[in-house]
Amino acid sequence: MSNIVVLPILIPVLAGALLILLVKRHRLQRFMSGLSAIATLAASLYLAVYTYNNDGIATLELGTWPAPFGIVMVADLLSVTVVAVSSLVGVCCLFFAFRTLHPERERYYFHPLFFFLITGVNGAALTGDMFNMFVFFEVMLLSSYALIVIGGTKFQLRESFKYAIINIFASMLFLAGIAYLYGITGTLNMAHIAERIDGLEETGALPVVAILFFIVFAMKGALFPLYFWLPRAYYGAPIAITALFGGLLTKVGVYAIIRTYTLIFTQDVAFTHHFLILLIAGFTMLIGVLGAVSSFDLKKILSYHIISQLGYIVIGIGLFTPLALAGTIFYYFHHIFVKTSLLLFSGVVERITGTTDLKKTGGILKTHPSLAWLFLIPALSIAGIPPLSGFFGKFALVLESLQEASYLIAFVAMFVGLLTLFSMLKIFINAFWGEQKHSNKQGETPIMDVLAPVLPLVFLTITIGLGAQWSFGFSMEIAEQLLDPSIYIDSVLKE
Amino acid sequence: MKYSRSHDVMQQVLLITTSYFVLAFSLYFLFAGHNNPGGGFIGGLTTACALAFIYLVFDRDKANEYIRFTFPGLISIGLVLSLGTGAIGFFTNDAYLTQYFDYFDFPFFGEIELTTALPFDLGIYFVVVGAAMVIMLQIAGDEEEEDEN
Repeated sequence: MSNIVVLPILIPVLAGALLILLVKRHRLQRFMSGLSAIATLAASLYLAVYTYNNDGIATLELGTWPAPFGIVMVADLLSVTVVAVSSLVGVCCLFFAFRTLHPERERYYFHPLFFFLITGVNGAALTGDMFNMFVFFEVMLLSSYALIVIGGTKFQLRESFKYAIINIFASMLFLAGIAYLYGITGTLNMAHIAERIDGLEETGALPVVAILFFIVFAMKGALFPLYFWLPRAYYGAPIAITALFGGLLTKVGVYAIIRTYTLIFTQDVAFTHHFLILLIAGFTMLIGVLGAVSSFDLKKILSYHIISQLGYIVIGIGLFTPLALAGTIFYYFHHIFVKTSLLLFSGVVERITGTTDLKKTGGILKTHPSLAWLFLIPALSIAGIPPLSGFFGKFALVLESLQEASYLIAFVAMFVGLLTLFSMLKIFINAFWGEQKHSNKQGETPIMDVLAPVLPLVFLTITIGLGAQWSFGFSMEIAEQLLDPSIYIDSVLKE
Repeated sequence: MKYSRSHDVMQQVLLITTSYFVLAFSLYFLFAGHNNPGGGFIGGLTTACALAFIYLVFDRDKANEYIRFTFPGLISIGLVLSLGTGAIGFFTNDAYLTQYFDYFDFPFFGEIELTTALPFDLGIYFVVVGAAMVIMLQIAGDEEEEDEN
């Protein structure tokens, strides 16, 4: 029992609630908002250290109701790392938003909604209860609906309508899936479900439920074939919000897949993991990167890359071996750092040139060399150039798929890596090289203040790449903990 | 929600009188909630009904003269109250959201059970009233703007 587990959820939700009152006090609101984001990050880091020293798992029974009956919060290595990284991305995007978001947009409850979103993300990672996870998903989605239409341009309204509809539909399926799961096992506590499913005699209905959950999380995580809403919906929103969504929202869906497919749905690995997830992963990578190759707009290319990179992340769950899972986890965090920083940089490009259309940009290298070289780091990282972080994630995944004799997926992964490099170079050549297409006055736009919030993320992609020995070792530790569900079950049910 | 533009005295008197009863009933719901049917959520919805009557009888500007607080603020206060009550556990070394109760003797009223679930429920009540009113007024406001155009 330790109340620390609930802190990364409690601080943002309290901050969000208080910020509603301050919505007219512009400066005070920003100050409070920045302070709370940093406090959330500090609490998340403290929780991560605490959990790590506590044999890698800490639980909290809310309201002292004992485990299978009450709601349990579970902090294991994966969830605390997800929470810590999400809070960090939150801080970066918030400080970026201070500098870039139009004050008109900020007035429409941007800050409270931002914190409710962080609450949802952290909550979904920390909860140990299926229905509670649904609730936190809803908290996150409801605030995302509002955030994505902030500003209310025609394009935004049209695209976010699709976003809202598909997510509401997914939530409905989620609820149905939970109902089925409850019908089969008679419990909603994730550890308890895992324990009961193990001793189940009739398992005929389980693959159906497993696939239902996969569809739900794939919809929220924008996997093939349910990815189509993502590129255009993310395109319309202000860039700080797009970066936050690109870094966190789809990842929460993937986190839920990792959690449920290592803890609960492990009966028919040959079908659900090796066949279904690998198939979807391959298509997601391929279709996503083709979308990116065919677009000629900075923001759109990066949005399509979110999809293709999600495919990589899912490969490891499909292979379902310790090394592959470690690769998945490594890639997961690498992707959050890299994608958020790339999207934020594209916001800086937009600030300088006023457009993200690659045909109308060029020569930024001459006027803003710092931006160009900083952009190159995550761009090469996402394409998998050593020694940056992307390489090690890809290496582990490809190596393991070769060892598991899944040659096709290894081939697709490498091919997609090549196309990723191609589209990153396309951005670099068209936006940063070539003749200067923005005016000299635009060339003098100061950008240091907007680059600063992105630096921690760039720094991290270099660090976890150069320190791969350590960071990959930590991913291995997480993977081993995930592949031994008894740790999770025992610590929740106290047996 | 369509505001009434008529000056029908019967309607006004009836709705205002009814709103008192609905308000009282909603408070009964709120306090009954702990061990009997009721609670912050249903109490909040009933209160929102009573407030909606007032907005129905008068138009929005007039009603705002009587109801002088902003509803988004009410959501905020409610959330802080509920979450704060849950956080008592931080200081007493119990799990978050643990509830405490005890029986006290009051003069005249006799023995009454006091629980921390009540401020928690009160917070929920505020959130529900706030949210319901914001939604209603927002949608009604849209229609009014169209009318003016």
